[in-house]
Amino acid sequence: MRGTGWKLLGVAAALAAAGVLIGLYVGKLTTDAGSKPYTVPVSSQNGHPVVDLTIQTVAAVGPQLSPGHPDFVSYLVRDTQGKWLRRTVWRLPANATVHVTIYNFDGDSGLRNPEFARPQGIDGSAFSLDGKPTTVIDPDDTSHTFAVPGLGLIVPISGVADDAKNQCGYAPCSLSMAHRTIQFTFHTTKPGHYRWQCFVPCAAGWIDGFGGPMQTIGYMDGFLNVV
Amino acid sequence: MTTSAANSAPSERINHGRRVIVAWLVLSVIATPIVALVLGPSLPPGNGSSQGTEQVFDNTWLTATSTPIICLLLVFFVYALSQFRHRGGELVDGPPLRNDARIQVWWIAITSATVLMLASFGTYELLQTGSGGGQGPKALVVPKGPKMEVQVIAQQWEFTYRYPGYGGVETPTLVLPANTLVEFHVTSLDAIHSFWAYQLGVKADANPGVDNVAFVTTKGPRSFEVRCAELCGLWHGYMFNYGRVVPESQFASWIKGQQAAFAPVAKYLPKYSTTYLPDPQRRAG
Repeated sequence: MRGTGWKLLGVAAALAAAGVLIGLYVGKLTTDAGSKPYTVPVSSQNGHPVVDLTIQTVAAVGPQLSPGHPDFVSYLVRDTQGKWLRRTVWRLPANATVHVTIYNFDGDSGLRNPEFARPQGIDGSAFSLDGKPTTVIDPDDTSHTFAVPGLGLIVPISGVADDAKNQCGYAPCSLSMAHRTIQFTFHTTKPGHYRWQCFVPCAAGWIDGFGGPMQTIGYMDGFLNVV
Repeated sequence: MTTSAANSAPSERINHGRRVIVAWLVLSVIATPIVALVLGPSLPPGNGSSQGTEQVFDNTWLTATSTPIICLLLVFFVYALSQFRHRGGELVDGPPLRNDARIQVWWIAITSATVLMLASFGTYELLQTGSGGGQGPKALVVPKGPKMEVQVIAQQWEFTYRYPGYGGVETPTLVLPANTLVEFHVTSLDAIHSFWAYQLGVKADANPGVDNVAFVTTKGPRSFEVRCAELCGLWHGYMFNYGRVVPESQFASWIKGQQAAFAPVAKYLPKYSTTYLPDPQRRAG
């Protein structure tokens, strides 16, 4: 009886350990896995934290930044040296003003829900598209969105025209190549772990356009770690 | 139920059945009112809507009903552990168990009555107002009175809400007027989701191409959680937000603001429909 008891205890302990490991793995998978956090530099204006976040969206991330998935559509973030990083977990200060510039080098895919073709949760009712104030874009001409549901933020991103010259094949793309420039400002609130994502089904070849890079951190979604 | 240890004298025979029944009755008489009156009011989903209140009553009633059953199991378990455990010495077979027709009849009668009673109660409650559940495209139970339609559109990974009575305005925030009968039309644009407005007691699957109707009668102002209750992809766990029930005047002001914000995109949205099947995307799979 004593031997059987120890065996049962061993099995229970092994199962518990396996459960903990699986939990840790799933936790890691849905937080930072695949993307080292990037701390966005913060400046100050009258004691108020201000952040400049510069990102680009590309149709294919390329072998240099993602040898395993060079054909994945992706977001990239620019560091202070001007280098493009494939990181989508960004650390930002709480209650900060965030100025965002997005360079989009990808063509349009079209929104499944046209409601996301208008900006929401930004300063003012318009964002800047290639320097022009814009309150809505044609949903069919949408390439991606930058959306943080927990902050009520949604900004549509126009695509590069199909017949544009000098299109970027894969990242990192140069600003001399065909692109669209989107600029807007939003505000972080209290500290938290805010998921961001793209609402355009832009993952070519994946079921519903929402598999692959749309469900892998480090490509088309990530987190704002507001601290 | 009368048993005795193999080596007991007849004078030491103990009526275990009577002991168990007495202990069970005492425990049930104490525990059932506590469960009904103390635990019951705090049972989910709360009193955020008429349907929510009905569900609290249902849960209280069912929990209170099952309390004596749980008490019986606990009493029997504890009694068996304390009275029938082997206390050293050689292991020997216990007295033989023999068939008892009376116990079998009572067992079948009591369990059948319990199951039928639960089924009848559940069906009756479900047929009152639908209990906040999705009833499919043709609702079996339609509460009487004027209704405000709200469409719930699920997509990976956010709910949006369309108000057909207000020009088809669509928003990512669910706001409802207080003391109003709301008719939800729940659908999806991609995968299978489930709309769960927890404190309102509403839960309805969101399937692409399907209009799932659910009803709820709001009460006073409050906030409530909205969650997806169907595993819908990697970010299923993050598919939640908060809704609000507000006074009617505040709702009128809010919807006016939403209509203004919505105006630029209004021309691009399809006409209000109970379901939407977006065209295949050029680059989507």
